[in-house]
Amino acid sequence: MFGRSKKAQVLAADITDYTAVRGRSLMRDARDRFLRNKAAIACMIVLIFIVLFVVVGPQFAKWDNEEIDWAALGDVVVLGAPAIESGHFFGTDSLGRDLYSRTIQATGTSLLVGLIGTTMALIFGTAWGVCAGYFGGRVDNIMMRIVDILLAIPATLVIILILVVAGRSFVALFVALGAVSWLSMARIVRAQTLALKHREFIEAARAGGVSELMIIVRHILPNLFGVVIVYASLMVPEMILTESFISFLGLGISEPYTSLGALISEGAGTMGYGTLWQLAFPLAFYVAIIITMYFIGDGLRDALDPKDR
Amino acid sequence: MLGYTLRRLLAAIPTILVLVVASFFLMHAAPGGPFTSERPLPPEVLANIEARYGLDQPLWKQLWDYLTNIFLRFDFGPSFVFKDRDVNDIIAQGFPISLTYGSLAFLAATIVGVGLGIAAAIRHNTWVDYVAVSLGIAAQALPNFIMGPLLILTFTLWLGLLPGGGWNGGQWQYLIMPVIALSTSYMGSIARLTRSSMLEVMTSNYIRTARAKGLPERKIIWSHALKPTLLPVISYLGPVFVYVLTGSVFVDMYFSTGGLGKSYVSSALTRDYAVLLGVTILYGVLTVVVNLLTDLAYAWFDPKIRFQ
Amino acid sequence: MIRFSKTILSVAAGSLFVFGNALAESHIPAGTRLAEEQIFTYRVLDEHTSVDPQVVEDVSGAEIVRDLFEGLMNQDADGNLVPGVAVGYEVNEDNTVYTFTLREEAKWSNGDQVTAHDFAYAWRRAADPELASPYQWFIELMSLDNASAVIKGDAPVDSLGVKAVDDLTFEVTLSAPLPYFPQMTTHSTTFPAPKAVIEAHGKDWTKPENIVSNGAYVLTEHLPSERSVRERNTLYWDNKNTTIDKTIALVINDENVALTRFLAGELDRTEVPAGQFPRLKKEHPDEAISFPRLCNYYYTFNLSDSGPQAFKDVKVRQALALAVDRKIITQNVLAGGQPEAYTFTPAAVAAFTPPGTEMAAMSQADRDAKAKALLEEAGFSKDNPLSFEMMYNTSEAHKKIAVAMSQMWKQKLGVQVQLTNMEWKVFLETRGNQNFELARGAWCGDYNEASTFLDLLDSESGYNDGKFVNADIDGLLEQAKSSDDAAGLYTKVEEIIAAEMPVIPVYHYAGVYMMGSDVGNWPVNNVEQNWYSKNLYKTAQ
Repeated sequence: MFGRSKKAQVLAADITDYTAVRGRSLMRDARDRFLRNKAAIACMIVLIFIVLFVVVGPQFAKWDNEEIDWAALGDVVVLGAPAIESGHFFGTDSLGRDLYSRTIQATGTSLLVGLIGTTMALIFGTAWGVCAGYFGGRVDNIMMRIVDILLAIPATLVIILILVVAGRSFVALFVALGAVSWLSMARIVRAQTLALKHREFIEAARAGGVSELMIIVRHILPNLFGVVIVYASLMVPEMILTESFISFLGLGISEPYTSLGALISEGAGTMGYGTLWQLAFPLAFYVAIIITMYFIGDGLRDALDPKDR
Repeated sequence: MLGYTLRRLLAAIPTILVLVVASFFLMHAAPGGPFTSERPLPPEVLANIEARYGLDQPLWKQLWDYLTNIFLRFDFGPSFVFKDRDVNDIIAQGFPISLTYGSLAFLAATIVGVGLGIAAAIRHNTWVDYVAVSLGIAAQALPNFIMGPLLILTFTLWLGLLPGGGWNGGQWQYLIMPVIALSTSYMGSIARLTRSSMLEVMTSNYIRTARAKGLPERKIIWSHALKPTLLPVISYLGPVFVYVLTGSVFVDMYFSTGGLGKSYVSSALTRDYAVLLGVTILYGVLTVVVNLLTDLAYAWFDPKIRFQ
Repeated sequence: MIRFSKTILSVAAGSLFVFGNALAESHIPAGTRLAEEQIFTYRVLDEHTSVDPQVVEDVSGAEIVRDLFEGLMNQDADGNLVPGVAVGYEVNEDNTVYTFTLREEAKWSNGDQVTAHDFAYAWRRAADPELASPYQWFIELMSLDNASAVIKGDAPVDSLGVKAVDDLTFEVTLSAPLPYFPQMTTHSTTFPAPKAVIEAHGKDWTKPENIVSNGAYVLTEHLPSERSVRERNTLYWDNKNTTIDKTIALVINDENVALTRFLAGELDRTEVPAGQFPRLKKEHPDEAISFPRLCNYYYTFNLSDSGPQAFKDVKVRQALALAVDRKIITQNVLAGGQPEAYTFTPAAVAAFTPPGTEMAAMSQADRDAKAKALLEEAGFSKDNPLSFEMMYNTSEAHKKIAVAMSQMWKQKLGVQVQLTNMEWKVFLETRGNQNFELARGAWCGDYNEASTFLDLLDSESGYNDGKFVNADIDGLLEQAKSSDDAAGLYTKVEEIIAAEMPVIPVYHYAGVYMMGSDVGNWPVNNVEQNWYSKNLYKTAQ
């Protein structure tokens, strides 16, 4: 009976397989768990398609994103409507510019905002949190007090002030988004570091004379990876949402560049004027990105967070 | 617990001070001042105005005067733009409005969100679950500012049911659209959070034990599963309450409610320093208080937590 | 703000000027059936800054103040001077002493009589450094005796050149003759102020529960950033000819929402968003209206040392100005009936004849061809393209125009334009410091006379952000101040502008409104849009 089942045979094969014994890491387990999550995989595929669209889409465009179709500008409601013949697959905006090209460009911007904003928060938040957690004591006290103080400042104020003082540019936007989002990352990383610090393998490394910096780089950071990735994936949609709010306030990216938030904000204003496509297409991409990011984030959490399930 | 509360409140004072000083200098670093206008004022007129508002003093002196006025007289200074009103007036008029529709939106988001989440979790993998999850995700994924024009077009122009804006002392007709617009996205996230939290609780060992004892499902849900389900939700509600109160600029702009959200954003754009600082302080204090209340509520729900 | 008319001026000089009472007659055509309910509701973009006549500085605030208070003179529907609290005035030989006679029946809303003392108090108050009104500049502009010294704080406020001879006689002494002085008394800064009320309530005197006013209306409700309501003042001297009982100003920040609310019947007047006028005109022919206003819209080259070298070449400036297809901007982008601009001064300005410029006469195709040729002459080509930065302040309409212009240049001339937008205060600061290459500008006339626009291009002007220097223009403008034929001189200035092209005029403003078809007597001919609720009425439908 024993040893006859298929599972047991596989197991037996694994045991004899040298690499499997050595390499069955936590990461690989996590990857397997993630791959089994159908919703997350479906969303991953959708997201890949969106990214592909941003990369390949311009090849099919008949108009570039800043070129005005003077004929369409004369009567946007009729001539600016989505149509294959005119080359405006998604219609035009109220200025006769091709919405297909603009949506592609805007989607790219929004994805970039999500990624770069999150990366900035991730780098700064992790560095801050690890230092506070690892060195502890007074350093920890001061660093965390600073975080607490900054957390009491409303995010809207910080964003508005940064964009007003620094002017309007991609860099200012990333700084503003990063500035409000690294705080909670720092808190999470610190808590995780505190828990790791007293684990046996760290003590062992310390006893073995490994330098503090080496311990952080070789032993603490890799073990933070799971938590940080999960948190970051959930932060990307937040960033995109925040950017759309900034665009609504008129403090977003400068022409001729645009973002999904800016397109939606324009389209929302004109939704009563018979040009609903100006809202519909950007909104569809926006919602698709946000929803897929949520599911991917959830999937990553389920896969990486050993506490759950 | 009283001691803990007091200690937390005392610790908030330096926080607020740092907030004031940082905002003060950031604001003054922004190009242009409150009296920069398309028609450059003659120097003698500008001098009079600056003297009147104390803007001719060195920055540290302005900050010092500002702080002493607050501590000694609870006077937050005059508005540089709205010449008939001072900051105390503006906050006294705008904050109750923001607080009213903000609290209502918060309640609506919490009640509907938790309700949807629980319904979805109890009827896991049925149509109830699917509908609730789709609603929650859609609500969360839509940028909340598109709710403004959408609601006004629907309820005011097409259906003719509700006034398109205004406050009118907070009559219910004027409240409906702002509350819906403001609560939707938070409702979505609360519903999703509640659902996943409840699903987790329902598979835990003690619920399984309760089931094994033969307790009716209703009793299991209400007296055993509810409290632990709500724990993560409560820690999320604190920030939501702050967002609902401070991020409501689009409600004021679309529905002309006269709340503080609009004053806040426009004071930054018009460099109305005193108004911006006053509202920042208010929001800062609010954040501190709400964070404290969240922690207290969390402790009440979770007896494992003890205050040091 | 001030209607400047030379005919009135010549009658007034050195003589007695009294209006007949016939002028104050009903403004409603015979046979009009009036609506039961006389309430006028209109949209304002933002909360007004103040309703204190000496302090107010924004347009929507001034609209309210004109209803609440009444000055010495008013404007009629065409912008002509008509009596207000004063029944007439007398002026001495050298045009420096004006004596106004006030009407006996003018009352404050608390029953007190409006006296010359109220005017003297108000004018001193406006100049008082302690009040620090931003409109002190207006008192200086009025050339009141001692005004500058009082404002600088060098002389006591009492030394200002105003005097209440008795309750009904108000005497003003000017430091220099100012022909259009009476026209300035329609401006809100010069309206009377109730001394006792202001002293009793301080800054709070403008609150509805405290305010006492002398105009056709009293302020009854003010909910900041939401609404302000003014209702009929039964003690107003001309109350019997006032029709509208109640005027409500609703603050609606978003123009699209305002239009929705107009269409839902909540408003009697709102602005039409850019591009929507043709559709609305088709669907609501009686309600969509457009009429010329006293404002221009232009882009200014930075001609100072910090400006780009290319702009110093007049051919480049000419080429860029020629290639802007104004027809597309006015008909397709804005589409609100705005006139195309080939001169700096709008043609709607009184006593101004725009010169027939070469550019205005050409077809757009010819202009484009000429622009190409000029740019090539200036040494720019495909291999060496002209490139510069174009700056505007953040706004949906400005963005559309800037994008359209930059695309015209790019497609026709191969010019590379970098668009930059900034929020208002930063924009003003940057433009004022000549920290730009090409920047948006717009100006609304302070009074109905070409100099209010042309002064912007005077070398010495504080508003000349492009730092354009031309001695001929300076000379002509100086000459115009005392000339009998100012109009001819202004035409000459415009000719120089057309040749030198220091700015690119784009279009001149129009008032583009949705106005309820039951609103009667809206002063479309008053290019300054100084309107009074007391002159409006609503018809039954």
